Formats: sequence, C-alpha cells, structure tokens
Amino acid sequence: MFYKIVLFLCLPSVLAEQLCKPNAPDGLKVRLSIKTALDSEAYEWNRNEKFLFQATIAFAMSQYTGQEFKVSNILVCDETPRVSFWFVVTSPANLSQLMSKGVVELAVRKFRNRINNAFLLSDETLEFVGVLPTLASPVEPATPPWLIVFGVMMSLVSAGIVFVLVSTVVQNKRKRKQKGDDQDDDEETRVKTVENGCDGVYNTSFSEDEPNTRM
Amino acid sequence: MGESKESGAEERPKWDNKVQYMLTSIGFAVGLGNVWRFPYLCQIYGGGAFIIPYLIALAFEGLPLLYLELAIGQRLRMSSVGVWRSISPLLGGVGISSMIVSFLVSLYYNTIVAWVLWYFFHSFQEPLPWSQCPLNENKTGYNIECEKSTAVNYFWYRETLNITPDVAISGSLQWWNVVCLVSAWSVVYICFIKGIDSIGKAVYFTATFPYLVLTIFLIRALTLPGATDGLVYLFTPDWEILKNPKVWLDAATQIFFSLSIAFGGLIAFSSYNPEKNNCERDALVVGITNSATSIYGSIPIFAILGFKAKTAFNNCLEDNILTLTNYFNIADQNMTLENYDQWFDHFNTTYPGEVSALSLRDCDLKNFLDQSASGTGLAFIVFTEAVLEMPGSQVWAILFFIMLFTLGLSSMFGNIEGILTPMRELKLVPKWVPHEVLTGAVCLVSVLIGLIFTLGSGNYWVEIFNSYVGSIPFLVIAFFEIVGVIYIHGMKRFSEDIEFMTGRKPNIYWKACWMVISPIMLLVVFVSYVVIQAQTYPTYPAWNPDYESFPETEMKPYPDWVFAIIVILIVAPLVSIPLVAVYNLIRRGLKKSSDKGSLNPYKNEAFEIETHEVKQRD
Repeated sequence: MFYKIVLFLCLPSVLAEQLCKPNAPDGLKVRLSIKTALDSEAYEWNRNEKFLFQATIAFAMSQYTGQEFKVSNILVCDETPRVSFWFVVTSPANLSQLMSKGVVELAVRKFRNRINNAFLLSDETLEFVGVLPTLASPVEPATPPWLIVFGVMMSLVSAGIVFVLVSTVVQNKRKRKQKGDDQDDDEETRVKTVENGCDGVYNTSFSEDEPNTRM
Repeated sequence: MGESKESGAEERPKWDNKVQYMLTSIGFAVGLGNVWRFPYLCQIYGGGAFIIPYLIALAFEGLPLLYLELAIGQRLRMSSVGVWRSISPLLGGVGISSMIVSFLVSLYYNTIVAWVLWYFFHSFQEPLPWSQCPLNENKTGYNIECEKSTAVNYFWYRETLNITPDVAISGSLQWWNVVCLVSAWSVVYICFIKGIDSIGKAVYFTATFPYLVLTIFLIRALTLPGATDGLVYLFTPDWEILKNPKVWLDAATQIFFSLSIAFGGLIAFSSYNPEKNNCERDALVVGITNSATSIYGSIPIFAILGFKAKTAFNNCLEDNILTLTNYFNIADQNMTLENYDQWFDHFNTTYPGEVSALSLRDCDLKNFLDQSASGTGLAFIVFTEAVLEMPGSQVWAILFFIMLFTLGLSSMFGNIEGILTPMRELKLVPKWVPHEVLTGAVCLVSVLIGLIFTLGSGNYWVEIFNSYVGSIPFLVIAFFEIVGVIYIHGMKRFSEDIEFMTGRKPNIYWKACWMVISPIMLLVVFVSYVVIQAQTYPTYPAWNPDYESFPETEMKPYPDWVFAIIVILIVAPLVSIPLVAVYNLIRRGLKKSSDKGSLNPYKNEAFEIETHEVKQRD
C-alpha cells in the first residue's frame, strides 16, 4: 500500500518530466540575455525568478483562454547556464494533457509586453524561440516633417526673390524718373558728371570727338 | 552696380573685393567631386601612393590650364565666347561649346543638389528615416525589398528615387523629386539674381562652410573607434600600383575635372577683375587649395569609413558570439569581443564538426574596409549608414548634407556663369531684357528639362550625363583652348599680356607646360579615355528587385537608342567648333575678295566708326 502511495505521488513528477523535455512538440524554448540587457544591474537567475516566469505565463494563459491556470500548470525543464529552458503548459482540466503550442504562442504574443516588463527585458533579450515579436509600426506623424522643413526653406527663398525683384523694379522706376529731370540739363554738364562719376573704362575717342563735332 | 548705365558706356560688373573673387573661384573648383570622388580614387589606387600621380598631374596639367584660363579672361575682359572670338573668329565655336556643355552639366548637377536637399529635409526626422525598414502591407514583416538589401539602400533606391529596373522604363514623374528640384533651382536663382553682386555675397558662406564642416567631422571622426584603422589602411601607400597606367590616367582626369576647366565660368569670373591683377598667384592659390581640400577632405571620410568598417566587423563578431552562446548554452556575456578568439579556439578544438555546421559569419576587418563607394553611393548609402551609428545622428546628417549642398551650390555658380555671360555676348537676348529675367528664364528652362531626371529612370540618366557629357567634351575644349592661346594668339603676345597684368613674363616652367607638356598630356588622356570607353560596350548598374542576385545591381547594356543619345550628347556641344570655323573661313574667303583687311583680333568697332567719320569730314 505504502509503495502504491509513493508511486502515485511520484507519478505527476515523472509525468511532468516526460511532458516537458527539450524539443517537445508542444514546448517552447526560452532564452534570456539578462546581462546583455541590464549590464551592471543584472539579477541572478534563481528559483524565484523561475517562479515569476511560471506566474507570468500562467497569467497570460489565463487571460487569453479564460481558463484558470496555476503556476503548477507551467512546467519548466532543461535549464542551462545560458539562461535558457524549455517549458510546456498543461491543461488545468487534465494535468497530463498539454495545451497546444499554437495557443501558448498566441497567449505569449498578446501579453509579450507584460511578460517582458516583469523581467525588465525586451523582445530581443527575452526570446521565445519561434515566436516572432509583433513589429511596432513606425510612427507616422500627420505632416511628414520633411515637408515642414521644405516649406520653411521655400518660403524664405520665395520671399527673398520677391523682395529683390520688387526692390529692383522700384529702383529702376526711381532712376527713370530722375533721368527725366536730368534730361533738361545742359549737355556739357551731363558729360562732366559722367566724367566724374564714371567707374568704367573711359573711351577717349568720344571725348576727343567732342571739340571736333561742335560747330 | 548695374550692367548698363544711361550714359551709354556698357560697364562690366566688378568684384567688390579680391576675397570675393578668390572665394568664388575656389568654390567653383571645389565641388562634390573633391569629397566623394577623390577619396574613392585614393582607396582603390593604393592609398597614399595615389597622391603622387595626382600632384604631378596638378603641376603639369591642372595649374597651367588654370593659369591660362584666368589670364586670358582677365586680359581680354570677356567671357568664353568673347575671348575665343577675339583670339580668332575661327575659334568662336570653342566658347559656344563651353556654354552648351556648362548648360548640360548644370542640368544634372543640380539634380544631385536636389537629392542632397531631400536628404537634408529628412535629416530632421527622429529617428532617421533610413534607419528602419517600413512594414509590408499586412504588417507581418518588413518590406521584402528592404529586407533583402538594407534600410539605407531601400531609402535611397525606393523612397528617394523610386527607381525603375531599366533605363528604358521611364516610370512617372516623382513629385517629391520635382519639388526638391524646384527648390534647388530657386536657391540658385536667388543667389544669382543680381549677378556677381549677389554671388559675391553668397560665396562668403557657400565657399567657407564646407571647410568648417570638414573640420568638425575630422575632430569627431578621429574620436570614433576604428577611425585609426581606416586611416592607416586607406592611406598606407601601395607603391606597386604606380606601375598601372590606369592610375595615371585617372589622376590626370580627376585633376582636370576637379578644377572645372573648360566650363567658361573661370574665364568669366576672372574677366571681372581689374586689369592689373596677379593672376599667376590666383591660379596657384585656386589650384593648390582645390587639391589640398581633396586631401584634407579624405581624412574625415576615411576615418568615418574606418569607423563604419569597424562597427560592421564588431556586429559580425557579435552575431557569431550570439550564435555560439545560444548553441552551446554558455552563460550570457561570458563570450565577448575581447575574449572571442580564445572561446572560439576552445570550441573549435573541442567540437570542430558542430562549429563548422553552425555556418558562422566570416568576419574580416579588411573585407569591410575594402568596401568602397564613390559618388552618390558614398554620400547617400555609405555615409548615411555610418551616421546612424554615431551618437547624435541627426546633427551629423544635417551638417553633412548642408556641406554637400554648399559644395554643389558654389559649383553651380560657375556653371550658370558659364551660360549667362556667353548668352549676353552672343547677343542671343536683346539688351533691354534685365539680368533678373534672363537668369529666371534660364533657371525655368533648366527646371523643365531637368524633369527628365525626376522620372523613375532619372538616376540612370544622371549617370549617363555624368560619365559622358561631363567628361569627353571638356577634354576637347581644353585642348582647343590651349592650342588657341599658345599657337593662334601666340606665345609671345600672351607673354606680353601677362607681363602687362602681373608685371613680369611667365617663366620657363609655364612656357614649357603650355607649349608642350599640357597639350600632350591632354591628348594622351583624351585618346586613352576614348579607347578605354570604346573597348567595352557601355553597361550600367541597374537596381532590379527581381534580379536573382539581388541586392547586387544588375549590369545591363544600354539600349541602342540610349547609345545614340549618348553620342549626340557628346558630339552636339563639340560640333560648334568645326561649324563656326568653317563658317568663318567661308566668310573670310568672301570678304577677302571685297575687302583687304585681315581678321585683326584687336579690331574695335569704335575705331572703325571714328576713322570712317574722319574720312567723311576730310
């Protein structure tokens, strides 16, 4: 009788060992890179951390399926110094039946963020092998920022062009008005002002002509 | 200072001061090529050893041609068309060629400036848009084209260019490129609006800013890890390479195109100088500054390339470390970059079979350093990738693209000058058309024609223009320039001109170069260039996502109609040289029968009128 009781008590753990093994069809491998993520603030992986992991997975499964999962439903095995291990999830109704890998994956995917945060890790450092992280879609602001910069630059350039063109036209108008006043002056004084104010190449042939053409 | 005054005498614009002139000329010579072509040539041609043929080409080809252009422009006080027409009407076509070629170059050059603007606008985004791949339609993964190549490549080829897989497939106008092209031309317009008055002020910024940025990058780059690896590897001379004639050819070609000779812009710029200006010293300053900038610029470029190679190498090792850590389940971070070799040896000796089955990446720093790129590839792919790894990426990206923008803009000034002033001298436009309107019209026409480069196949066309238009015609024009000045105008008369301007005759070094060395070098470069181009049917690298070895570019041959266009693009600018010569020969022949006067280059119409009037009065 005694032996039967012992056997009966040992059965779950034996079964558990058989249910959870590396490369189990319904199992998932997990890899943690705590030192890579946290550097000097890295924590030691121990039994309690493992317990936290089991708890978070139980939480995820409960939330996702609606059934009540306990920590004992999450079986962990094949732990390595890497910190990697395999885990399987048993059904709360039947301890010898495993939840399918697909369901576990979906649950993990849905609550990935919560699981990551429990361990202060990210999608890359808390790796569920085979479960792709949901990609964060790049933030698209309402107005593309480049259009804003472009708009600023083009408004400055256009304003500059308009300003220069308008000032040139105004200047020309003013000059033309002045020339209209000057045209009444004596021809000789005009030549003299040209002589004094001129910066360009002075062509002597014209000035030499002046005394000749005067009759 | 207006172009025409009411007094009737047409006044030539003048530089406000010598500094403006020097900055404009240096800005014209120093362009994008100094930053993205010279370092590449250094890299593929044995590092520091390339500087030797480069400096020799500068001394015997670059400086003499530069001095010649500056001197003749300053003496004859006209732009390219006027100058060559003055020397001999038979050479008038040389100026027209310069003008046409300047126009063609400015079309595609400003497209590159437009791309720089596009990247500049996007550098204000956080995170930089070329750092991540976009998601595909159903958000399950990243865009396939991006996955296969890299995010940086994807941003350049797809989001910037939206390139078609073949030059024959034109695609449609990419509105964002049109917008950037219009911006680029608007900036050119506003800088050029008052002629050299406005350029002279703009160059204070555009010519000096690149040096500031290069210095900032130099300081930053030298503090990056891997910078010294890059510098040592890329500058270490490989003297064996000097035996390869292609090195000498590329050095001569590079110095020639780098100095922007035969554009006509330098002649025009120096024609605004006072008559007695020491153009010999100017030529030396511009030439040496240009080469010094190339060498100075390659230091931060190499340092950053070294950093990029080191980062890629480290990432490669990290990948291997992760693979090994995961496979052998050793503790996280036990294996690091420092002790990689020991761990690797340990694993390799104890489990050799398994290690080789893991297919670890082959990480060799030399391989990463050997990856070279030039031109748009360097700026928009390699450098943008390097900038991502630097802390504060936005700042570095913004600085880098403003630098490229100012480099391109200051070169555009010379190009536009080489178009506008000859147009005036050819009397293509009536005199009452103000400068602003003419400049605006040229910019508008350039935008409209430049829309070709905003099509899906635009980048292929830019490459076509760059390789063919921006090369062979200049060699021919420069050859005719030097022959025209030295042999038609006459060495003796030219020496007297120089003595008038600088106070002393050119020494034996200049004379030897002008009369013998430079023309021969030009001929050799031209012939070798043509021979090398003619040896293989021209192909181009096409970005084809459906190619088997994508992301490698597919080498496709140019279709026949494109080939025909290439030939037209090369011949059309040059055809004016023989056409004008023949036309003037015929006219001279006809005139000789009616009038005994020979074509006197110094024939000034004013004297003709005066003698005519004097004749009438007597």
